[in-house]
Amino acid sequence: MTRRGRTALKVLVWAACLAPLAWLGRRAWVGDLGANPISFITNTLGDWTFRILLASLAVTPLRLLSGWSWPITLRRLLGLFAFLYASLHFGVWLVLDHYFDWREMGADIAKRPYITVGMAALLLLIPLAATSTSAMIKRMGGVAWRRLHSLVYLVGILAALHYLWLAKKSVTGPYYYIAVLVILLGVRLVDWGRRRLAARARVRAASGA
Amino acid sequence: MLIKHGDRFKSSEITPRALYLDRRSFIAGGLITGAAALALMPRDARAAAPPAKGQPLAAPKNAAMSVTETQTPFKDATTYNNFYEFGTDKEDPSQNAHTLRTRPWSVKVEGLCAKPRSFDIDELVKLAPLEERVYNLRCVEAWSMVIPWIGYSLSALLKKVEPTSQAKYAEFITLLDPEQMPGQKKGLFGWSGLDWPYVEGLRLDEAMHPLTMLTVGMYGQVLPNQNGAPVRVVIPWKYGFKSGKSIVRIRLVSEQPKTTWEKAAPSEYGFYSNVNPAVDHPRWSQATERRIGEFRRRKTLPFNGYGDQVASLYAGMDLKKYY
Repeated sequence: MTRRGRTALKVLVWAACLAPLAWLGRRAWVGDLGANPISFITNTLGDWTFRILLASLAVTPLRLLSGWSWPITLRRLLGLFAFLYASLHFGVWLVLDHYFDWREMGADIAKRPYITVGMAALLLLIPLAATSTSAMIKRMGGVAWRRLHSLVYLVGILAALHYLWLAKKSVTGPYYYIAVLVILLGVRLVDWGRRRLAARARVRAASGA
Repeated sequence: MLIKHGDRFKSSEITPRALYLDRRSFIAGGLITGAAALALMPRDARAAAPPAKGQPLAAPKNAAMSVTETQTPFKDATTYNNFYEFGTDKEDPSQNAHTLRTRPWSVKVEGLCAKPRSFDIDELVKLAPLEERVYNLRCVEAWSMVIPWIGYSLSALLKKVEPTSQAKYAEFITLLDPEQMPGQKKGLFGWSGLDWPYVEGLRLDEAMHPLTMLTVGMYGQVLPNQNGAPVRVVIPWKYGFKSGKSIVRIRLVSEQPKTTWEKAAPSEYGFYSNVNPAVDHPRWSQATERRIGEFRRRKTLPFNGYGDQVASLYAGMDLKKYY
């Protein structure tokens, strides 16, 4: 892909990731956030956090399956947007929902598994966002950086649990997200398994020769 | 067989003559403004447009049994609903419940009683004097509303069938008809969420309590479909899901009924489900609630503020055990 193509792609991702915020802002402006606006905003931001997180997790499978290298240029952007939405999601809970009632929020984090895992997912995203610059990758070295950033798989699983545990029985939403997450992690697992087999075969071939 | 009624059209639906005669420009103008409005409006605003005003239903207010708090706007009370028979999103019932046919309708009252029988909905509406009562409604999801219901005490109906001394509980059964209630249809992998029909229940003394209301209207009009038309119960000191909607059968029984949510998640939804800030839902706190239309959470009151009237029903019971 050309440099210009990549730039266009990035502009597109920026626009797509900002669109939900613009949409929310517009609805807030016209006073159309439904009967329970705080819950609506929280849920919308949570939905988009998860969607963008899944999009960032789809980059590698897309590269593996298609052989294209260009998706990788979008990974950092998507990851940072996921972090932005997660922070806003948390911010709404903190400010609008509980209005800095630290005692109640503390109790919730400790007692409510869905909040515990949600909090953990957000905290785990912080080091990933902080080390997302090219300078940090260089400073840490590729291996250590990659090891750190494999935490995002855990974040994906925690996010899925967060949604699953907060939803009432008979609500199907979480299962769709979990299905996508399983596919995205599954592709990696299959690739990893194949590479290991290939490596072993190479070793066998080498020792047999 | 589909029987078409002559009175299907309300007089309010009849087009005024002037409009009829001027229909071309009306249609043209309507199309243009309509298209423009649709283009400008976000998707869900279109969906959540205020429902058409229903048939008026007059009833004098029972002030003694009403709270004086600010009533929830009609639009919020009719577009933010949990009625899973019509979908699990809050706005789903207001969009989907038009498929519910509320006439003809009858409610069978049966079981352990001397005079079991079926009541036609039009008979039910006249069975006792209708009155308006403004009740607090507390959802198990920690939000609340204030709604002016129209109906009468359920005891008036139950007395008609003369429950026997063996009757200890009343069971409320909602309509089962996937054609009218799309949420009951089986989806992917036979998944249809809950075990239909929706079943709720009360202890007989709870059912006979004057606060427990058989409800056929709200906000001065006939009950909108998404709020449980044509007839539902309202039990203001219990979480909202205890108040069965679109009821077709009431059974008087000797054993505690197995209720729908109890079957779905026994640790989360007990049979009693009295509003209780001291007993958390396993996954969230019940100490506070958000009143629809308000910004800050408010404290949840024991028995939703009806403790003076109903706490005695539970004297000596461990409400942490019987949640």
